[in-house]
Amino acid sequence: MIAHAIFFYIFSLIAIISAIMVTVSKNTVHSVFFLILDFISISCLFIMIGAEFLGMIMLIVYVGAVAVLFLFVVMMLNVAQQKNQWLLSEDSSGHIPVGLIISALIFFELIIVIGGWKYKPNLLESTNQNLSIGLSNTHSLGQILYTDYIHIFQISGMILLIAMIGAIVLTFRQREGVKKQSYIKQISRERSEGVEVVDVTSNKGVKIDD
Amino acid sequence: MEYINIIFHETYKILFLLVPVLVSVAMIVWLDRRVWAFVQKRQGPNVVGPFGLLQSLADALKYIFKEIIIPASSNKVIFIIAPIITMTLALIAWAVIPFGENNVLSDINVGILYIFAISSLGVYGIIMGGWASNSKYPFLGAIRSAAQMVSYEVSIGIIIINVLLCVGSLNLSDIVLAQQNIWFIIPLFPMFVIFFISSLAETNRPPFDLPEAEAELVAGYQTEYSGMMYAMFWLGEYANILLMCALGSILFLGGWLSPIDLYPFNILPGAIWLIFKIVFLFILFALVKAVVPRYRYDQLMRLGWKIFLPLSLTYVVLTASYLFYFNLLPVN
Repeated sequence: MIAHAIFFYIFSLIAIISAIMVTVSKNTVHSVFFLILDFISISCLFIMIGAEFLGMIMLIVYVGAVAVLFLFVVMMLNVAQQKNQWLLSEDSSGHIPVGLIISALIFFELIIVIGGWKYKPNLLESTNQNLSIGLSNTHSLGQILYTDYIHIFQISGMILLIAMIGAIVLTFRQREGVKKQSYIKQISRERSEGVEVVDVTSNKGVKIDD
Repeated sequence: MEYINIIFHETYKILFLLVPVLVSVAMIVWLDRRVWAFVQKRQGPNVVGPFGLLQSLADALKYIFKEIIIPASSNKVIFIIAPIITMTLALIAWAVIPFGENNVLSDINVGILYIFAISSLGVYGIIMGGWASNSKYPFLGAIRSAAQMVSYEVSIGIIIINVLLCVGSLNLSDIVLAQQNIWFIIPLFPMFVIFFISSLAETNRPPFDLPEAEAELVAGYQTEYSGMMYAMFWLGEYANILLMCALGSILFLGGWLSPIDLYPFNILPGAIWLIFKIVFLFILFALVKAVVPRYRYDQLMRLGWKIFLPLSLTYVVLTASYLFYFNLLPVN
């Protein structure tokens, strides 16, 4: 058990420190790298409590896909220089109270959750899910999601799909005068269309491009 | 005392896995160059050692004695970490590859997800290297590579779902054991082809080696690297290629199983069969490199998103309906 505890403290220490470094570090790209480190240590914690499927999905989805897009945006926008002046500038003053209110809300929500667990310690056991012990993590998760909550699961999938289509529609713009290449045309081009054999008369030449 | 024993035991097992992997990476570099030369009617590396087998060792020696140059305006910490990450990620994925029944370093329940997660992390080594170099060519190469790897991971993921539907488990040993009657390459042949092409793109191999297209980007994300750090990128890349070959042979070619379960075939240990299959897939990789010209970038993206993704999704629906209709779904 001691080794388990040591690993738990190592991972949670890395998670907390990197979470702090996300907000503190001056370079925005560094913040994203710390965020990635945070995700990785959190997924290690998931694996340690036996939620191996969740941990792996966390790695694949957040670290493998979402954080890559973060990095892309941050590297492209070059916000590294702007970040330092932003807090002192005038247009930040309007955003700070809103940010404080939202963070206070999240903080109180966390307190409510932790309080509920303190108030009723057997909260987890009182759920009506009869998880069988012998099944693997993935199996039992799939059974719950696809039998008991299939409609909610599919509705949330639909909402995500609609959100994706909405984002594409909002950012889609049709530019005029853009040259487009048709792959079918390119591939199905044959020699007879591209090459023309001409008898050139001496001293007169040929006229091309007409 | 007990902990120390466990640690020694595990270290021994890890060394027993990693040293052969590293040696075979060196051998596979030689094989790659030999196959490439064979196709082009050249000799290839044939001077150092018998058949030039020790060429990679000579190369490694050269890299070790070269000076490591760190550009003055680079982000030094990330610049140094990047090749380390590439190589570490390429090596730790080998922990779950089964070389025989009960012959695995770590037989975890979500083995295939683990490999998928590790290979999706592989993009960070490249992005970090490209960004930290603080130079135009590496940055362009890193961005190309990230976009390419993220796109092709999607189709690889869906192909893996195809296989998992037939197996009913995420454990790699279970995946191999499910192929005792028939290798998955026969019912899922289109998926094997798409997997092969996607793994070429995932490992930045030709014809999809746009991140390091030497005609356009010098050497892509590796431009500013020199000496041992460059060699580490190189090793990581080839270890990743070997890993993709191993994954392909486990998912589609029956892993450690012998082709026919009869006397002259099944006396060979499983690990040998797995190595045969990995080498076979690698020779295909090398042949593709020698034969096919490089793709244009927009065609690469189109191939990933507009052709492979719909095709593999359709095949998931087909596989699932077939298994459901004939009541073949694996239930445990």
